[in-house]
Amino acid sequence: MYPAQTTYHRAGSVSEAVQLLTANEGAKVLAGGHSLIPMMKLRLAAPAALVDIGHIAALKGISASGDGLSIGALATTGEIAASDLVKERAPLLAEAAAQVGDPAVRNRGTIGGNLSHGDPASDPPTVLAAMGATLNVAGPSGERSIAASDFPTGLLENILEENEILTSVSVPSVPSGAGSAYVKFPHPASRYSVVGAAAIVAVEGGACSSARAAVGGVETTPTRAPSVEAALVGSDLNGDALDAAAAALESDLTGDPMSDIFASAEYRKAMAVVYLRRALGIAASRAG
Amino acid sequence: MTTRVFSSGIRRREDPRLITGRASYTDDIKLQGMAHAAILRSPYAHAAIKSVDTSGAASQPGVIAAYTGADTAKALNAIPCAWLIPNSDLKTPAHPAIATDRVRYVGDAVAVVVAETRYQAEDALEHIAVDYEPLDAVVSPKGAAQDGAPQLHDDVPNNIAFTWAVAGGDTDAAFSEAEVTVSDTITLQRLIANPMEPRSAIAQWVAATGELTLWNTSQNPHIARFLTSVVTGVPEHKVRVIAPEVGGGFGSKIPYYADEAITAFCSMQLGRPVKWTETRSENYQITTQGRDHIEEVEMAATSDGKITALRTTVYAGLGGYLSTASPGVPTILHGLMYSGVYDIPNISGTVYGVFNNGAPVDAYRGAGRPEATTLIERLVDLLAARLGMDPVEVRRKNLIPKFENGHDVATGLTYDSGDYEATLDACLNAAGYASLRAEQERARQEGRCVGIGVSTYVEICGLGPSQVAGAVGFQGGLWESAIVRFHPTGKVNVMIGSSPHGQGEETTFAQIVAEEVGVDVDDVEVIHGDTDLTPMGWGTYGSRTTAVSGAAVALATRKIKEKSKSLAAHLLEAATEDIEYADGRFFVRGSPDQHKTIQDIALMANVAWNMPEGMEPGLEASAFYDPPNFTFPFGTHLAVVEVDPDTGQIDLQRYIAVDDCGVQINPMIVEGQVHGGVAQGVGPVLWEGAVYDDDGQLLTGTMQDYALPRADLLPDIEVLSNTTPSPHHPLGVKGVGEAGTIASTPAVYNAVMDALRPLGVNRIDMPLTPEKVWRALRADQNGG
Repeated sequence: MYPAQTTYHRAGSVSEAVQLLTANEGAKVLAGGHSLIPMMKLRLAAPAALVDIGHIAALKGISASGDGLSIGALATTGEIAASDLVKERAPLLAEAAAQVGDPAVRNRGTIGGNLSHGDPASDPPTVLAAMGATLNVAGPSGERSIAASDFPTGLLENILEENEILTSVSVPSVPSGAGSAYVKFPHPASRYSVVGAAAIVAVEGGACSSARAAVGGVETTPTRAPSVEAALVGSDLNGDALDAAAAALESDLTGDPMSDIFASAEYRKAMAVVYLRRALGIAASRAG
Repeated sequence: MTTRVFSSGIRRREDPRLITGRASYTDDIKLQGMAHAAILRSPYAHAAIKSVDTSGAASQPGVIAAYTGADTAKALNAIPCAWLIPNSDLKTPAHPAIATDRVRYVGDAVAVVVAETRYQAEDALEHIAVDYEPLDAVVSPKGAAQDGAPQLHDDVPNNIAFTWAVAGGDTDAAFSEAEVTVSDTITLQRLIANPMEPRSAIAQWVAATGELTLWNTSQNPHIARFLTSVVTGVPEHKVRVIAPEVGGGFGSKIPYYADEAITAFCSMQLGRPVKWTETRSENYQITTQGRDHIEEVEMAATSDGKITALRTTVYAGLGGYLSTASPGVPTILHGLMYSGVYDIPNISGTVYGVFNNGAPVDAYRGAGRPEATTLIERLVDLLAARLGMDPVEVRRKNLIPKFENGHDVATGLTYDSGDYEATLDACLNAAGYASLRAEQERARQEGRCVGIGVSTYVEICGLGPSQVAGAVGFQGGLWESAIVRFHPTGKVNVMIGSSPHGQGEETTFAQIVAEEVGVDVDDVEVIHGDTDLTPMGWGTYGSRTTAVSGAAVALATRKIKEKSKSLAAHLLEAATEDIEYADGRFFVRGSPDQHKTIQDIALMANVAWNMPEGMEPGLEASAFYDPPNFTFPFGTHLAVVEVDPDTGQIDLQRYIAVDDCGVQINPMIVEGQVHGGVAQGVGPVLWEGAVYDDDGQLLTGTMQDYALPRADLLPDIEVLSNTTPSPHHPLGVKGVGEAGTIASTPAVYNAVMDALRPLGVNRIDMPLTPEKVWRALRADQNGG
């Protein structure tokens, strides 16, 4: 509860933040502080320096971008949950954001911090992986874009190069006429997802024309579900079809499922199927 | 005429300061020249200490001093256990404030650093070098008692600190003749108390006067003073303990801890005030936990459902050391309650108190009684299932009939008063029990898992007669005292020896004074928590403060009333026996216009211009109340749950509580106590539990892992009550602080098992996490 000594720097711009990171060996980026500060208080993290990007105006806000959305890295999960634009274009992202933590966490914690921290039990990464979102980053060698599902590389690990900062998230709209849903099984203490399931299904002429699905909390990174999607497309989305599609998740869960004192790997895998089935059912009911 | 506030749900006067953040807790206090302590804690659950080198810490910035167990051992006596239960072969191995040669749980103190700031002290801890030799650890209380288990204390074979027995009737004969028996093994897992305010201590030693002041998060500052004196050697009259605002305790702030002694030691060494406040992580590791029972239990009955005997073998984990009251909790407060609300002629129980490598275990809300009620109520449900009877009917068949003045049970207790069937009926009526069962049947036909659970309970409160305290080895009294002081303006201070820390007695005790002598409730201020300002008292725990301390307030106020009558008679030139009292006025019988108000009396008594001959000035009285018996509140709770068979998740859908805690001074506060108590009793059924791995590492070390009850997981709690006054209590009150916790654990557990029984599941260890339920259901489907 008493962090080790550190040095605080406040960045006025993205380029200044990158410079500060480069100049301070062992520095960590501070945004909403809702992942980093608790780790520092437990002395699980003791960065030599903090670079606070929380006051960089360019990283704030949610705006329309073409057919989709551009969400600044400093947008809080609370802002995302409440945004009419997000509700209209990416309703399952708003649905997931509303289930992150509690109001205090949602009012402080940022989408950029959430994604960069890379907790496998977090909700937004699962949704963004399912939606095919793109993450935009800036670093010493300029800017680049990374597919959301490529961004996390393992438990609390990501693809960012040294001194790179996540700046915004580009989110495509859910296709018109599609239904979507995010449902989660919250851990009773942490409220992180034991399992979180995201689903988008579009219907044309009574049959599923496209589908996207992902589950989080099971493996160390969000699990995209191509087998589930393949089983859905062309089906009539009735109960049996959804059962069969959700069951196909087993073949997409190829990594090592996580296990802890609350939920074993076996249970997590089973719940991933149950929760994905529920997400599919809700998404299908919202389609059309 | 004043508005009568007794038995009225007036708002708690404590709340405005509490909910606006204006209350001052121990950690809010800053003294001139105050230094800060941080304590190095063992990362091992069991290890020999080869060496401790603090020299690296001593040279760190801001560090004033660093001490080890060798230092404290020279100045401090061992941390005492204060409940030495008799006839149990109790072993009391020494508990040094800072470990010297061995650590026995993760968090055991190894060294202390005092620095100018807490941050500096924490940083310096990282520069202390400790050479540990890890030893095998043991966590299960039953496992620790087996031959070959790692031994925590060299002089405690098999880690068994005591073996305690309760017996009434001829249990063995009853079992051998039994038509039906049922049995179970019930685990009541370790629970972390989780008060909102962690523990804290500030010690201020003034060498010039030889006085030691300790600000401390204590439920019982007078006991803390007594034990501070014992441990530090500072004479009791030179020790002042102040419990400022205390943010909850649930039992965990009863004990006298090593940390307080270490803080006092540091102040006495340095001549500066020293503050130590535990972090939440420390709270999880070192502050006393609750329960930790493994209970092997069986019940004998006739084939028509009449209970004939109860037999138990209980392994009660104690943690690494004995805490202040720990031997009494699983014995006196547990085994003596084995009859519950039932007429059970033959009872026999054996309780092994067992050291294990975890935080010390002591009283936690309910303290022994939830552990008793759960086993009784579980066995009653198992008996009903065995006999194919409705669990309510088995209860009804065995309830002790209504009694108003004493009923003896086989464990040797005499319950004060009870009408158990009345609360059962009230609860069933409120729930619509018959239609609930019909709905359940319909749900089952739809494949849904709906369960209904009932618990009928009695608890022991109002601890207690001091003579009994002595007989059961409690190293103190259990009476309470109060001073009621009227000022010249008619305003009143009430000084009490007990120490409320959230229970609302600043409000309810003002209501008592207002009721007894007719002052406005807002004219009464209740003062507590400072041993220099308050008379002796033994503290706030065991639902005893209103029952015992409240009686002292009532009796002191009645003395005021008697003196006021005499003074009124003198002033009205009438005979005392002709003075009547009503609504704050003393008047001559038949002439209500000829009167003196209590304010008139208070003014005259304080100025003393015109007093009757021989009457002392002032209007102040004290009373010492030693209860003639415990009080025995009771009730019936009912829970409705639905289990999701796909996930094992449990939805608590309805909860109905009918409690009879005797006369209620403030029904709103009673309702609040029931709400909080129910939540705290549901927690261990569905979510809570301190989990240690086999090496004694605490896996639930933060609130991210340890699942507390949350408002959004609980239904509206439907609270009803009956009133059966305690026959021996001046106000007829019994106590309600723990009722909800005692009743709700078995009610909800029984409800879940009721839901799962048709699917072949009869037992799952608590907490009933979704995976455990899911696995139990699958085991059955797989023929398990």
